[in-house]
Amino acid sequence: MKKILTLLLLFFCTTSFLSAEENSDVINKISKNLRCVVCQGQSIYDSQSDFALSVKILIKKKLEEGHSEKKIYDYLKAKYGEWIVYEPELKKNTYLLWILPLILFVFGGLLIIKKAYIKDGKNK
Amino acid sequence: MSKKNKIYFILIIFISIVVFFSLLIGLNKENTYYPNAKNRLLDKEIIAKDLLLNKKVNFENIIKSNNYTIINIWSSWCVPCRSEHKFLMSLSDNTKINIIGLNYKDNENNAQNFLNELGNPFDFVLVDEDGLISIDLGAYGVPETFIINNQEKLIVKRYIGPIDKQILDEIKKIVK
Repeated sequence: MKKILTLLLLFFCTTSFLSAEENSDVINKISKNLRCVVCQGQSIYDSQSDFALSVKILIKKKLEEGHSEKKIYDYLKAKYGEWIVYEPELKKNTYLLWILPLILFVFGGLLIIKKAYIKDGKNK
Repeated sequence: MSKKNKIYFILIIFISIVVFFSLLIGLNKENTYYPNAKNRLLDKEIIAKDLLLNKKVNFENIIKSNNYTIINIWSSWCVPCRSEHKFLMSLSDNTKINIIGLNYKDNENNAQNFLNELGNPFDFVLVDEDGLISIDLGAYGVPETFIINNQEKLIVKRYIGPIDKQILDEIKKIVK
């Protein structure tokens, strides 16, 4: 009986430890995707400024309250604007931002294919 | 030089000049981002501990009276807060506005000493222990001042950094 109890205790200890670990992973992930507004050029994750420390506390608190990642981003965006997240959202005025690399890629590819093709033709 | 080469030459010079000047302008431009707080609504529920009354109060109840509320984020460890304090003191005579001091990440004894030494211009001194209330306001850090239209619960104006004579005049104009 004692053995089973210790095993159970061990089991619960490790699982609760794991879940705490998981939470801090999420905090890290979110804080890496947030700009520190006060110390620009750094992420919330990197920064030790008062502002960044507070945001980290906030993320932890919100996660514990059961808020989703998106809800936390939305909350901060409402307070500090779209700029606070590193990854811009896909919407009307950011379409170009997202699609331009793709267009350039396709365009460049076409250019290369065309050049190679013409060269081939000449060789023949 | 052939005609084609001439065109290329002029084109290259033209592009270099354009690039040079656009970079030059970019160099002098301030590229710090300030989030816009103007015309943002206050969160419905902001509850904080009052340093002097030693009990929790709700922002909503505080800003019920009068037309405007000034929220000043300050701290005893913040040096510029000392320089702006006299301007806040001069606003405290105005009974038409509420002044809330949000004590940012401070030691309560130090905060109390600060007010004893320089005077207390605030109607309420609320404690923001871990900076979460400041984030709720969309604030930057200390010192920072918000002017709120009480009826609409709207942030009308926000000043990052200490209040000076010019800002004081501006505030007086707004809350008149």
